[in-house]
Amino acid sequence: MNKPDERGHFGPYGGRYVPETLIAALDELEAAYDYHRRQPEFQQQLNELLADYCGRPTSLYRARRLEAELGIGKLYLKREDLAHTGAHKINNTMGQVLLAGRMGKKRIIAETGAGQHGVATATAAALFGFQCDVYMGEKDMVRQQMNVFRMELLGARVIPVSSGSRTLKDATNEAIRDWVTNVETTHYIIGSVVGPHPYPRMVRDFQAVIGVETKAQLQEREGRLPDVLVACVGGGSNAIGMFFPFLADPVEMLGIEAAGEGIDSGRHSAPLGYGSPGVLHGCMSYLLQDDAGQVQEAHSISAGLDYPGVGPEHSYLKDQKRVVYDSVTDDEALEAFHLLARVEGIIPALESAHALAGLKKHADSLAGRLVVVNLSGRGDKDVETVAALERGKS
Amino acid sequence: MNRINETFARLQREGRKALITFITAGDPSLDQTPALVTAMAANGADIIELGVPFSDPLADGPTIQAASMRSIHLGTTLRDIIAMVGEIRSRCPVPLVLMSYYNPILVYGIDNFVADAVVAGVNGVIIPDLPPEEGEHLRREAEARELALIQLVSPTSTPERMAKLCRLSTGFVYYVMVTGITGARRELPPAVAESLQQLKSLTDTPIAAGFGISTPAQAAEVGQYADGVIVGSALVKIVAEHGGELDLPERLGAFVHELRLGLDGGVRVGGD
Repeated sequence: MNKPDERGHFGPYGGRYVPETLIAALDELEAAYDYHRRQPEFQQQLNELLADYCGRPTSLYRARRLEAELGIGKLYLKREDLAHTGAHKINNTMGQVLLAGRMGKKRIIAETGAGQHGVATATAAALFGFQCDVYMGEKDMVRQQMNVFRMELLGARVIPVSSGSRTLKDATNEAIRDWVTNVETTHYIIGSVVGPHPYPRMVRDFQAVIGVETKAQLQEREGRLPDVLVACVGGGSNAIGMFFPFLADPVEMLGIEAAGEGIDSGRHSAPLGYGSPGVLHGCMSYLLQDDAGQVQEAHSISAGLDYPGVGPEHSYLKDQKRVVYDSVTDDEALEAFHLLARVEGIIPALESAHALAGLKKHADSLAGRLVVVNLSGRGDKDVETVAALERGKS
Repeated sequence: MNRINETFARLQREGRKALITFITAGDPSLDQTPALVTAMAANGADIIELGVPFSDPLADGPTIQAASMRSIHLGTTLRDIIAMVGEIRSRCPVPLVLMSYYNPILVYGIDNFVADAVVAGVNGVIIPDLPPEEGEHLRREAEARELALIQLVSPTSTPERMAKLCRLSTGFVYYVMVTGITGARRELPPAVAESLQQLKSLTDTPIAAGFGISTPAQAAEVGQYADGVIVGSALVKIVAEHGGELDLPERLGAFVHELRLGLDGGVRVGGD
């Protein structure tokens, strides 16, 4: 699994499709990352932060009632929802903010969809005293108000983005424009395994702690590898973080995209299932686009999955048939959201609820098997959205 | 010889600088684009760039973003634009350059794009999000059919990279004067003269500078150091403000004329 190559390619995907102004910054970032990740002092500081500040390792919890409900052999949940700030996003922002400091940057910018990455970035910036600006689509600011307030409490400035779909895609455009303009003083913390090289690799490496821990924890509990791993896929950072350490092992993997209002409605966020290769935000990957190459708006109840692209490594893993990708609708995700709350006393993020709905959809093939689902985030941020939706329906 | 090279050679003989103007194709409508191109050419534009609209123009400021969205909403596609270039060609010889993000070209198909663009009369292409490392296929095709592939150099480019970009650039080298996105700037960055002189020492290919030039005075100033100046957002703004008016070509032409006078006057002031 020697991917990506030295220019950031995962087969035909990935690479660096950016304005010339950013090339030097990407070279600098790549060199800094390659140097510091090999330094014991860097790894030690990161590991201490992950342990003492973020609460790692997160637990691997056997969800006995859910496993009975779905008829799955044995089901474990990797509890990323218990990490500081409530999602896996903090794993990446801790790593990148340490790097930004070593590169002498003074200011951090980020894009955010659901707000989880924005909160994780604002948290890391607060901890290390960086100025922090987070770009967020206006539509997402409405549906994730609590996270907007959290970012502000943490000292970040949330900059509303009113162009295009007013969601994650356009927030990312604005963050890149900011970076092009302020590249000499600013580090851009991309929140997923997307963007130009070296981001997909670097973010994957920072998130791989999820799979590394899972492997060790399951070994201790069950004395073996899992049969199947399941994770939701928007940009795909929680999924790749779980999958990557198992890629060379005989383990099946299932990535769940958001089918939104249904694939046939055209209003979905499932580029791996129903998109085609294209270039967006600096990398080649599967993409929702029309015949003329215009990027299409994505749709999902989950702001964190509402993105027309996906990480290039997922595109590669799809073509290689190493990972199976499927999708579930908003309604299926909502049902799973309720199910986990009711039978396990855990309210999942709507993103993670897609992975749980995927379990249900594939329950027949999971009977008698050892399954781990990455519960990537907690659902407090989504409670209002779900309540409003259900008030509207009744 | 490519029309772009011919144009720069002629201007050099005449001791003049190239005025390169940009508008977004399909704004206010694709039917009107040929008249706008003709009006700019008639008023002193030496080379005209036509922007291909894209949904996610991440190197562009608000003015060109908005133009791009207007054009997309009317359904403008790269295929339509290439067809329109054929129409312009039947009545106007001005060198034409398409400025497009990579994805519309990728989806069109690289080989087909180069073939169709050349047949229609396109002379060059600028792709702001395609560094040479990712553009080998396109470069091979473009070279084979004498389509200029214009590379961008920025203030953050290292000296080694500047040399590489200059070596690979055909037609002209596009110097991006600011670290930032397209759009008018009140003042030009101070190091422009120095950067352009450094660039000139690296190559015999003509150098045109853009990003931030919006007035005749700025055109004149940059024209002292570059072989050409590129004006975009200021023209796109005129199209945005007067898109519905019958005299749009005349208005646009009048502003191009002012830029021309500024550029020629500036050269005289700095020359002799």
